Amino acid sequence: MPQETAQVNKSIFTPFNVIAGMIIFCGLIITVLRFTGGLGAVTNLDDNNPWGIWIGFDLLCGVALAAGGYVTSASCYIFGLKRFHSAVRPAILTAFLGYALVVMALHYDVGRPWRLPYPIFLSPGTTSLLFEVGLCVFLYLTVLFIEFSPAALEWLGLKKIRNLVVRLTLVLTIFGVILSTLHQSSLGALYMIAPSKLHPLWYSGYLPVFFFVSSVFAGLSMVIFEGSLAHRHLHHKMDETHLEESAGVALGFGKAAAFVMMGYVGVKFIGIAMDNNWHYLATGWGLWFLLELIGFVVVPAFMYAIAARDRNLRLVRWASILAVLGVVLNRLNISVVAFNWHLPSADRYFPSWMEIAISLFIVTIGVVVYRFVTTRMPIFYEHPDYEH
Amino acid sequence: MDALFYTLHDFLLHSKSITYMMMGAVLIGLLLFWLFLSGRDEKKRTF
Amino acid sequence: MGISRRQFLGWLGAAGAGATAVSRAEAASNKQFDGYPGSFGILHDTTRCIGCRKCEEACNKVNELPAPEQPFDDLSVLDKTRRTRSDVFTVVNQFQKEDSQLPVFVKKQCNHCLEPACASACFVRALRKVKTGAVIYDESLCVGCRYCMVACPFNIPAYEYNEAITPRVTKCTMCHPRIEKGLLPGCVESCPKEALAFGTRERLLKTARRRIQKYPNAYIDHIYGEQEMGGTSWLTISGTHFSEIGMREDLGTQTASSFTAGPLAAVPVVVALWPVLLTGIYAISKRKDKIADEERIHAVAQTVADANEEMQVKLAKMKDSMAKEKEAAINLEVKRALEEAAKEAAESQQASEEAGSETPKEEK
Ligand code: SF4
Ligand code: SF4
Ligand code: SF4
Repeated sequence: MPQETAQVNKSIFTPFNVIAGMIIFCGLIITVLRFTGGLGAVTNLDDNNPWGIWIGFDLLCGVALAAGGYVTSASCYIFGLKRFHSAVRPAILTAFLGYALVVMALHYDVGRPWRLPYPIFLSPGTTSLLFEVGLCVFLYLTVLFIEFSPAALEWLGLKKIRNLVVRLTLVLTIFGVILSTLHQSSLGALYMIAPSKLHPLWYSGYLPVFFFVSSVFAGLSMVIFEGSLAHRHLHHKMDETHLEESAGVALGFGKAAAFVMMGYVGVKFIGIAMDNNWHYLATGWGLWFLLELIGFVVVPAFMYAIAARDRNLRLVRWASILAVLGVVLNRLNISVVAFNWHLPSADRYFPSWMEIAISLFIVTIGVVVYRFVTTRMPIFYEHPDYEH
Repeated sequence: MDALFYTLHDFLLHSKSITYMMMGAVLIGLLLFWLFLSGRDEKKRTF
Repeated sequence: MGISRRQFLGWLGAAGAGATAVSRAEAASNKQFDGYPGSFGILHDTTRCIGCRKCEEACNKVNELPAPEQPFDDLSVLDKTRRTRSDVFTVVNQFQKEDSQLPVFVKKQCNHCLEPACASACFVRALRKVKTGAVIYDESLCVGCRYCMVACPFNIPAYEYNEAITPRVTKCTMCHPRIEKGLLPGCVESCPKEALAFGTRERLLKTARRRIQKYPNAYIDHIYGEQEMGGTSWLTISGTHFSEIGMREDLGTQTASSFTAGPLAAVPVVVALWPVLLTGIYAISKRKDKIADEERIHAVAQTVADANEEMQVKLAKMKDSMAKEKEAAINLEVKRALEEAAKEAAESQQASEEAGSETPKEEK
């Protein structure tokens, strides 16, 4: 029944379409500028600040927020929490889109994008953590593609291949968790080579651990957040099971996220203790650090906790927004704000509007494709031919 | 085999390259071993 | 300390010989790495530097870089502290000491680390430390990720941001091509004050130490680059604290590789043990499911069995009572039949007496 598209008589000039269209139009123009004029033509990057928000937001946040895929599929297929089953497909879809967009964003950021296969196939620089990240992202994107393919195959009606792929679920899930553990943590470890540039409060030998743990609650929060958005806008696409389970998913994930977040706060403070960085907490940087940690991790963790105790769906959703913002703030702090903190302010980096526009452009493409897929393929409902 | 390295970097490059290949081998090996390990269970369960 | 060409070529030969000799002695060790034996370096003595920018000019020439906006003899450039750029591999900066009138000049360029952070960071091996001591860049591999620039603790590599198709990372090459041809690096050759000296790193260290010993008041007792980030091929000595002349003193002596060694070592462990852990968790959760399933099935079976038994009892009772009723009914029947029979018999007797025939018996 939900197979038919609902927007029959609607005009294509909905507010969403107009805004998305404008952003995409802008993005295309900047794309042309980028590939004809070089990075210098559109970005504020310079020799002291080689990485800007295309790495800090598009890569670091993109990957962290796409962690919902491995977190959800692991909780359902490995930990055996079957009641989250209906959340797996939307999560895998967002993860797949997220990673595809991360790779797309990298094509803007690196100087010679057509050489991106070099590190894997031509001349692997195995001492580099960026190699590790590249290899894992490449493999994980493949895994996600296969994990997602049953939805597309059901839509296309290719039963045989679909059943074959479904049989691989467990292996793919385990492989996905391994790859995610590795590259989520390695993204943090990227910065470990530059202890002289990153502020000591953010630099730590535990950076990979911080990144991995925060990716877990980033993924959980993102699933909740998307779930609430999808509920508002794609309600008609959801089947009984999805609707019935979704409240349980949000509350269950919120509860899990709350606990993981508290563990994260603990390990963050242990990191400070290990390097004896307490005195930095009394500086301006320290306040900023505490704002990130208390305001955007402890507070949403308590909101989640209260929501889980009261079974308050609205509060869970608000908490998820705050938690997602917290992860974004953390990634931007490490990659942009606290990076090169010792340089005089004239040498510091602030993104150009075109960099921001490209980041928006990429997010917009993600939303548009997500809508396209969810209104057509069996994401929020089980395909009538394949119910189990 | 020329296993002489003058810099730590060269040494790491060499040893990590081998390690990466080992990782692939270990993954495949574990998968196959698991299939072997649980091969009989499967049968019991299916009949 | 001028160097004649013959002397220089002699060193080259010695470096080669040294390489083979040491290689045998340390062939068995993979624990400690002392760099290429006999590799070259450059010693910069800031007390001799007059800030004439001749080295900048020479560097520009030997590397065929575009001409700068302001000519090299325009010393007003020194008013601003500069860094290396994509078309400037080396800069001379001027620092004013508080307690003296004389400024200090410091040349800045790639330090050619013994364990380069940039090479360790490069994911396509486009940067390499080579035998001569230079850290060189291979344009044909570079993807342009700029991680080397993030990694370099001295903020040296620059990038051709305005190049659309073939942007390169650029930095001082230690004039590697010239060294291979037996020529001195451009900057060293052009220095009128011998503030730059070229030679094997060991020799330069000795020279530096000798100078510091001889004029203890003129120098800080530290050779910058001897230990910094695990040591660099480019060495600097100075009469002013290095932090006052734009050189960081907080970099430590650990090599860049040691910062990333931990996370890199964790990678294979995760790959090998995660499958075990995850499959274990899966198996446990599955087993739990199975046990739960079995329990449920058992429970169902139990209730069914219980129900059956009860039914049996009921049935039995029912049968019992039915049997009794039947019996009673039969008895009654029989009685009635008997009575009837008796009656009939009596009648028939009467009748037989008349007709002599038998009574037909009714079956049920
Ligand atoms: S100074 Fe920087 S660019 Fe030069 S070798 Fe060292 S890390 Fe590489
Ligand atoms: S920019 Fe080029 S040289 Fe630098 S790390 Fe990336 S690939 Fe290597
Ligand atoms: S060694 Fe060569 S490339 Fe480096 S600063 Fe001197 S002249 Fe320039």
